[in-house]
Amino acid sequence: MKVIYKRPPVLTEAYFKYCGGCGHGIVNKLIAEIIEEKNWLEKTIIVWPIGCSVYADQYFNTDSICALHGRAPALGTGIKRALPENLVIVYQGDGDLVSEGFSEIMHSAIRGEKFSVVFINNAIYGMTGGQMAPTTLLDQKTTTSPYGRKEEESGAPVNMAELISQIKGCYYSERVAVNTPQNILATKRAIKKAFEYQMEGKGLSFVEVLSPCPTGWKMKPTKALEWLGAEMMKIYPLGVFKNPEVAK
Amino acid sequence: MGEKVFMQGNAALAESAIRAGCRFFFGYPITPSSELPEYYAAKAPQENLVFVQAETEVAAFNMIAGVASTGKRVMTGTSGPGFSLGMEAMSYMSAAGLPAVVVNVMRPGPADGDILAAQGDYFQAVKGGGHGDYNIIVLAPYSVQETADLTVKAFELAFKYRNPVVILSDAMLAKMMESLELPERITPNENYDWTMTGAKGRKHNVITTCGDGPIQWENYNLALQKKYKKIADNEQRWESYQVEDAEIIMVAFGSVARIALGAMKKARAEGMKVGIIRPITLWPFPQKAFVGLDQQDFFVTELNAGQMVEDVKLSVKDKERVSFYGRMGGMTPTPNELYEKLCELYRK
Ligand SMILES: Cc1ncc(C[n+]2csc(CCOP(=O)(O)OP(=O)(O)O)c2C)c(N)n1
Ligand code: SF4
Repeated sequence: MKVIYKRPPVLTEAYFKYCGGCGHGIVNKLIAEIIEEKNWLEKTIIVWPIGCSVYADQYFNTDSICALHGRAPALGTGIKRALPENLVIVYQGDGDLVSEGFSEIMHSAIRGEKFSVVFINNAIYGMTGGQMAPTTLLDQKTTTSPYGRKEEESGAPVNMAELISQIKGCYYSERVAVNTPQNILATKRAIKKAFEYQMEGKGLSFVEVLSPCPTGWKMKPTKALEWLGAEMMKIYPLGVFKNPEVAK
Repeated sequence: MGEKVFMQGNAALAESAIRAGCRFFFGYPITPSSELPEYYAAKAPQENLVFVQAETEVAAFNMIAGVASTGKRVMTGTSGPGFSLGMEAMSYMSAAGLPAVVVNVMRPGPADGDILAAQGDYFQAVKGGGHGDYNIIVLAPYSVQETADLTVKAFELAFKYRNPVVILSDAMLAKMMESLELPERITPNENYDWTMTGAKGRKHNVITTCGDGPIQWENYNLALQKKYKKIADNEQRWESYQVEDAEIIMVAFGSVARIALGAMKKARAEGMKVGIIRPITLWPFPQKAFVGLDQQDFFVTELNAGQMVEDVKLSVKDKERVSFYGRMGGMTPTPNELYEKLCELYRK
């Protein structure tokens, strides 16, 4: 019998603690598959954030360190500078990356730190119970924007993949989504490219993943996927915003 | 024998760290500690060092956490406001068991304050500063030579206990020049079984400070407390001067201990029986130094409103016998000023 679908051995036997329909689990598995296919397990160090992926160290057979909220890129800077030959993956949510740790991610790009960032944009704070993030859409209701996000009060959603692509030290920036099988495959390709660029010694490689949070959005998982495709993608278009290899 | 040189406190500290095998420095400029990053930046090419000028102290403290997680020696240096920004990471590194060395060249606060010598960060360094139950080993040199020696010691202790270590210097010590013997160059061990280096030929390692329920996290805390008890039992350091026959014992750390020594000499010349206890580890506080000293009066002097004096009171039998004199804002007492205070005490 031919095995066509299996748990990548880079993952442990532990069950994911994510909610049903959450995008984190999909992206975690893609990362594990890429590490497996590239045979990079022994080289990999994953820096996890504070957010719903805080227990992800339990799921991976790679070395894992969990950073303080927002500080994963600073921790990653230290690790990559100490071990330039290793694969350092910095994984962050949107509260983590765009709010608490905005300075750390931007300056990591400014310095051209040679690690890869996997950025989960779910337009909300999942772990703390569904508060507003800088990525929350206008009029989107959260527990701290109960009447919908208003631009006059909280500004407009932040397009990180475009923003960071403007920084010279950022080598590669792409936005993908995990709402359909095709998009999930494209996400895998993007993350793989980011890791490859890192191992080639290029600058910061950045992948923004639009990711459903049915619990925070108070939607059924299927509805969450629809909302992601219909509403999020209007504000956050998919695409490559920086890739010198293609421009050449 | 190490090399004899004439050097400024901050430069001697940086040079000693390099000789102790600390190749990594991350920091943000602030007076009076800026010679530390400058020294690393200047020596980077010849010595194969990694120096990064961080965007903030918040970042710098998390960068050193990253390097420490790989088992390599790493340091940051800052002063008052920058030390405050690092507190979240100090709490983190303590919980995570990350052996980084942090220099705080104290200047007078609160807030931006001023840039001369002060010791107002004693509580912040010794009592925590960040959130949660944790302790940092705190070393307080009083000369440029001791700054160099304690820098080497700081890395040894950090790795021995997997705990951050603070070197608490001040603007006076940092800026003065003295002759000293530099430490020998060493190549430190970087192979530990707990590091982030890639799971090659071993099971994968995990470093996390996220509790998994109250039972697990209480046990984690208990293990930390057990470590702190071991450090408190084994690592108290101090120097005592003429305490054997003393009726009054001065207690002072860091640069103000130099002034206290001057006052003591003058008092001794006048026939007054005065001694000094100079704490070298501020945490663990050297309580052992006070054992058996039940008949003496204690005179504590600091460059603050009275911080270490609380630990002295906890270390003696009769806290009524402890008095205090301090200066703040960058002012330092003269030896005569302290001598006059001793005379007042003696007359009582
Ligand atoms: C300094 C600090 N402030 C606040 C928090 C609380 N906190 C934990 S996770 C989080 C936000 C999580 O949202 P996000 O980064 O978007 O990740 P998600 O849970 O959605 O994956 C917050 C505010 C914290 N742990 N530390
Ligand atoms: S709260 Fe949202 S982000 Fe967090 S696990 Fe649940 S679905 Fe995923």
